[in-house]
Amino acid sequence: MNNYLTDFWQATPIVSLAIFALLTLIVDAAGKDKPVLSYWMSLIGIVVAAGFSVASLGASTPLFNTMLAQGGYSSYCNLIFLGSAFLCIVLSRNYLERLQYHRGEFYVLIILATVGMMLMAAALDLMIIFLGIELMSICLYVLAGFIRKKEKANESSLKYFLLGAFATGFLLYGIALIYGTAGTTNLALIGKSFPQLSHNSLFMIGAGMLIVAFSFKVAAVPFHMWAPDVYEGSPTTISAFMSTGAKAAAFAVFVSVFIRTFDIGGTKLSDVLAIIAAVSMIVGNVTAIAQNNLKRMLAYSSIAHAGYMLSGIAAGNIEGETGILFYLSAYVFMNIGAFGIISWMEQQDDKKLTFDDYAGLSSQHPAVAALMAIFMFSLAGIPPFAGFFGKYYVFLAAVKAGMTWLAIIGVLTSLISVYYYLRLVVLMYFRDGQASIEEKVSAPAMAAISCAALFLIVLGLYPSLVVDIAKGFFKI
Amino acid sequence: MVEIQSYLILSAITFIIGVVGVLARRNAIIVFMSIELMLNSVNLTLVAFSAYLGDTTGQMLVFFVMTVAAAEAAVGLAIVIALFRNKQTVNIDDINILKW
Repeated sequence: MNNYLTDFWQATPIVSLAIFALLTLIVDAAGKDKPVLSYWMSLIGIVVAAGFSVASLGASTPLFNTMLAQGGYSSYCNLIFLGSAFLCIVLSRNYLERLQYHRGEFYVLIILATVGMMLMAAALDLMIIFLGIELMSICLYVLAGFIRKKEKANESSLKYFLLGAFATGFLLYGIALIYGTAGTTNLALIGKSFPQLSHNSLFMIGAGMLIVAFSFKVAAVPFHMWAPDVYEGSPTTISAFMSTGAKAAAFAVFVSVFIRTFDIGGTKLSDVLAIIAAVSMIVGNVTAIAQNNLKRMLAYSSIAHAGYMLSGIAAGNIEGETGILFYLSAYVFMNIGAFGIISWMEQQDDKKLTFDDYAGLSSQHPAVAALMAIFMFSLAGIPPFAGFFGKYYVFLAAVKAGMTWLAIIGVLTSLISVYYYLRLVVLMYFRDGQASIEEKVSAPAMAAISCAALFLIVLGLYPSLVVDIAKGFFKI
Repeated sequence: MVEIQSYLILSAITFIIGVVGVLARRNAIIVFMSIELMLNSVNLTLVAFSAYLGDTTGQMLVFFVMTVAAAEAAVGLAIVIALFRNKQTVNIDDINILKW
């Protein structure tokens, strides 16, 4: 008989963060109008959980009757989510104060969403995947519409909610069919009988429905319709969180179900995923060119990035797994950095969100322009920034899996993407304009964004720092 | 004794009715009801499989699904109310500041 209490002591990152979320909620409800207190408490909670995650990076142990994995792969993913949440919280404070929507529950919701993401990465059972996805999504539905008096925010949160709940229906039906055919929801047991199950059409329908639901969460074509609208209407810092943390969590689940459990390399499922990846890269990059609103441009670019990462999943080999982990580590910081700078520029009523508003930024704010340029170069995949190696690893994985065509599409569409990323850099540096940030950027926000940029450069110069850790998780 | 196929066919039909409802109806509340129909057809599938396999996992999952659906309903209706206060409509076709 297992002692579940000791399991609680071992699942420290998740449990500690959940406790901090509840404490923050209580403190926020008890104290009147002191959101700053929630701000600090949530930051402390994240740092504590990150400490526990670093401590358990080594080995992975199954807990709660093989429901959750603690340590190893899940700890590494935790660090990605926690980094995203930390940056988002630091950036949100100024942003919300400016919009006069600074409330304590905002931070609680971010922390709870992060707990959901951590459950997703740690899941060893389809049930936990479902609960994690829902915990994350429900918090994000609320956060998307947090600016309650703004019509655009209402609209984006309604769209996100309806389409998200729709995707949940598919996720659950997929889980039900897999449970019915495999007789269990445990990932390891399903993985063992996958070779026989893959000839069962009911099981394959179930797996297909999981692909639909996960593709929705990562915003891959043809399930991407919500992304541009939701990212445009939500508070900018929440768009940053959704496009990084939530996407990373969905990819963590993708890896643990489709590569680690099903081992899809060379099966029909991998062909389906390869097609989704190719279409996402093409549609995302081509549509991004036509955008004039920066938040929409980044939304389409995040669809394209989902396509790049999906080519690693379609490859289904160890290079794909490590490539995705590396890509996620880089992508989270470059995308949140870009959104963060947009949130500094943004004015009331969605002003200053277009490309032209950035003309001449370098003469007014050289440091901000330089940071934005770093993020744009990294997103475009130009060496020596980390974005380049992310693409390199996933495309390499695709080539090794015999999908050279996918890698070629990836490289060609990345070339297209250079146009719209560099357009912003050209505007900032070589055009005269009045671009300026009216309010002073707070020191912590500036420090956080600078750290993200520094991280991208370090990771770009020494990619083996992450790759060596990541490879350790997937040796069998 | 009813065969498991009957349950599966019934739940597949209700699931499809739910999907069609989401895609075809324009009232946000009815769309949301259709989503609940999808979730409940999944519950039926799970219970049927659970009885067929003689395994309780499926029934446990049904309880989780019901709890999550309740939480989702609370948030969803709150979002609809916030929208209604601003726009005086719950028709999806009128919600179009952002390109759909």
